[in-house]
Amino acid sequence: MTVELIQLLTPEGERVDNPEYPLDDVDIKGLYRDMVLVRRVDTEAIALQRQGELGLWASLLGQEAAQVGSGRALSHRDMAFPSYREHGVAWCRGLDPMKLLELFRGVSHGGWDPEEHKFHLYTIVIGDQTLHATGYAMGIQRDGAEDEAVIAYFGDGATSQGDVSEAFNFASVFNAPVVFFCQNNQWAISESNERQTRVPIYQRAAGFGFPGVRVDGNDVLACYAVTRKALKAAREGQGPTLIEAFTYRMGAHTTTDDPTRYRVASELETWKLKDPIERVKSYLARGGEADGSFFEQVETEADELGKHIREACRAMPDPTPLSIFDHVVAGENAIIDAERAQFAAYLDQFEEAAR
Amino acid sequence: MSTGDTTKLTLSRALNEGLRRSLDTDPKVMIMGEDVGKLGGVFRVTDGLQKDFGEHRVVDTPLAESGIVGTAIGLALRGYRPVCEIQFDGFVFPATDQIISQLAKMRYRSKGQLTLPVTIRIPFGGGIGAVEHHSESPEVYFAHTAGLRVVACGDAADAYTMIQQSIACDDPVIFLEPKRRYWEKADVDTTAPIEDALPLGKARVVVEGSDVTLLTYGPLVRTCIEAAAAALEADGRSVEVIDLRSLSPLDAGTIAASVAKTGRCVVAHEAPVYAGLGAEIAARVTEQCFYHLEAPVLRIGGFATPYPASRVEDHYLPDLERILDGVDRTFRF
Repeated sequence: MTVELIQLLTPEGERVDNPEYPLDDVDIKGLYRDMVLVRRVDTEAIALQRQGELGLWASLLGQEAAQVGSGRALSHRDMAFPSYREHGVAWCRGLDPMKLLELFRGVSHGGWDPEEHKFHLYTIVIGDQTLHATGYAMGIQRDGAEDEAVIAYFGDGATSQGDVSEAFNFASVFNAPVVFFCQNNQWAISESNERQTRVPIYQRAAGFGFPGVRVDGNDVLACYAVTRKALKAAREGQGPTLIEAFTYRMGAHTTTDDPTRYRVASELETWKLKDPIERVKSYLARGGEADGSFFEQVETEADELGKHIREACRAMPDPTPLSIFDHVVAGENAIIDAERAQFAAYLDQFEEAAR
Repeated sequence: MSTGDTTKLTLSRALNEGLRRSLDTDPKVMIMGEDVGKLGGVFRVTDGLQKDFGEHRVVDTPLAESGIVGTAIGLALRGYRPVCEIQFDGFVFPATDQIISQLAKMRYRSKGQLTLPVTIRIPFGGGIGAVEHHSESPEVYFAHTAGLRVVACGDAADAYTMIQQSIACDDPVIFLEPKRRYWEKADVDTTAPIEDALPLGKARVVVEGSDVTLLTYGPLVRTCIEAAAAALEADGRSVEVIDLRSLSPLDAGTIAASVAKTGRCVVAHEAPVYAGLGAEIAARVTEQCFYHLEAPVLRIGGFATPYPASRVEDHYLPDLERILDGVDRTFRF
C-alpha cells in the first residue's frame, strides 16, 4: 500500500512544486508570523498554568503549520468546528486568545460568539463536533449558499469514535460541503496510532465514498494549499474531503500529562528536525524574502503579545457566584429562578454576618 | 485470614490493589479502557497492572466509549468479567446506549439465561478545577435504569473491597469513584477475606448520632463527617452520618432505622437536587418514617444548571457550610 504525502516545503526549507497545488499568491511571511505568534500564545499559556493561573492547557506545540495553514485557507464566510487544541485556527479566525485562556482558567466554558468569528466553541468530548460540522454544512446546502463551506477539526484518536464515522457517512450520503481536517499528531494521550487504526487515516475516506489526502502537517504551505483546494471543491458541490495532516504532538497531551511514561525521547528529537516554523524561516532567509529585521520585528511582536497575555490573564475577574444560573435556558424556568433566589439569600447571610 | 494489620493507602492505590487481587484470583477478569495500560490510567488506578498481567488482560482500547462497553458485553457473553474504565464522568455518555439498552436489559430479555458481569468504573464529581465534562455526577441516569447496580465508594477501605465485590457480582455494576478523593489515605486491611466485608448493597453508619440523619455518598462522605464534628462543637447537635455506598438498590432498612431514631433527615450529593437521588430518598423516608419525622427531608446538592466553570465550582458544590445550613434548617420546623 503506497502512502502519499503532499509536501510543498521540505524540513530543510526547500520549495517543492506540485502542479495540483499552485501557490502563487500566498503570503508566506504572514504564515510565518502567525505560527510564531500562536506558538508564543502556547508557551505563555503553559507557563501560566505552571504558575497556577490556568487550571489546564492543551498545548498545540508542533501543530502550528497544520492549524495556521488550514486556518488561513478558510474564507471569511467558511465555518470552523474545532476540537479543544485549535488555538492556531482560533488565531486565524480573529478570536482573542484571551477567550481561550478564559476557558482553561475556568472562568467560562468558552462563551465567544461562534458566528462572529465563524469559529464554533471548543468541543472536549472526542469527535462530537464532526457531526455538528456536517449538519451545519447540510444547512448551507439547503440555504443555497454557494460561497460557504465548513471545516471540522479532530485528532487521530477521534477517528475511533462512532460519531466520526457517522459524520463521514452523513457528509458523503448528503454530499455536504464539509472538509474533515484530521490532525494526526501520533498520540491519543498515551496510545499511539496503532491502537486507533490499521490503515492510514486518509484512506478511510475511500470506504465512505469521498477523497482523502495525507499532507505533511508540519508544512504550512502544503496544509494551506490542500485545505484551500478541498474547501473550493466543497463550495462547488463536490462534497466532502478528508485531509490527514501528518504531524506530531511535541508536548504533553495537556499540562496534567507526563509523556515520558509512554514514549521515548528520541521520537521527539526526530520530529524536532521537522519543526513547522524553522523550515519556513530557512526558506524565507535563504531566498531573501525576509531579512533579519523582519524576524526581529515578529519576535518583538511575540514579546508584546506574551506580555499582554500574562497581564490580561492575571487581571481576569472570576465570575460571580450567581452567574452560575445564567443562560441555562432561553425562557423562564421557575426551578432555576427559585434556586437562584435561595442561593442569593444564603450568600446574604454571610454578608450580613460580616457587617 | 485477616492478620488485623492495615496499610495506609490512597483511594487510587486501594483500587489498584483491589483490581490486582481480582485479576489474581479470577483468570476471567480483565481490564479495558483508554490509557489503562502503559500509562496506568490518567489517575494511575491501573498503574503496573498491564506489566504484571499482560496486554490480553489489561487492554488499551481505541478511543471509543461505546466500543469499550459494547465489546465488554461481548466478552462477558463469552464468559469474561470485564472491568471497563471510563476516563471521566462526562465521557460516559457515548456509551449510554450500550449500558442502558443492552447491558442493563440482557438478563431480563433472556429470561435469566444471560449474565453480564461487567463493571464500569467512572471517576465522578467535581472539585478538581477541571474543564467541562470532567466534574459531573451522572449517577442518577444509571440508578434510574433497571438491571444495573450503582455503587460509590467514599474512602480507600471501601474502594478496596467494593471494587472486588463489584467485579464478583453477576449483575452489571456502575462503580463510581470520587476523583477528588483519589489521593486521600485511609487504613486498608488487605489481608481480610473479602467474604467478611460489608456486603455491596449495604449502607454504613460512619458517624453515630441521635438528633439528625445525614445521608451521603462518594466525595461528600468526608465533608459530612466534618460537618457532623462541626455541628457537635458549634451547637451540640448529634449528627448521624450514613455513607449510602449503594445507590441502586438503596439500603432502605439502614436509612429507615436511623431516621426513626433521629426524626430528621438531610441528604447531600454533588449531583443536581432536581430529580436527583435525594428526591427518591426523601420520598421513601416520608413513606417509611412519616410518623417519626419532625421536619421534612431536606436536600443539599448541585443546582439545576450545567456544571459551572471551575472558578465558581466551590459555590456550586455543597460544602461544609451548606451542609450545616441544611442541618440547621431541619431544626426550624
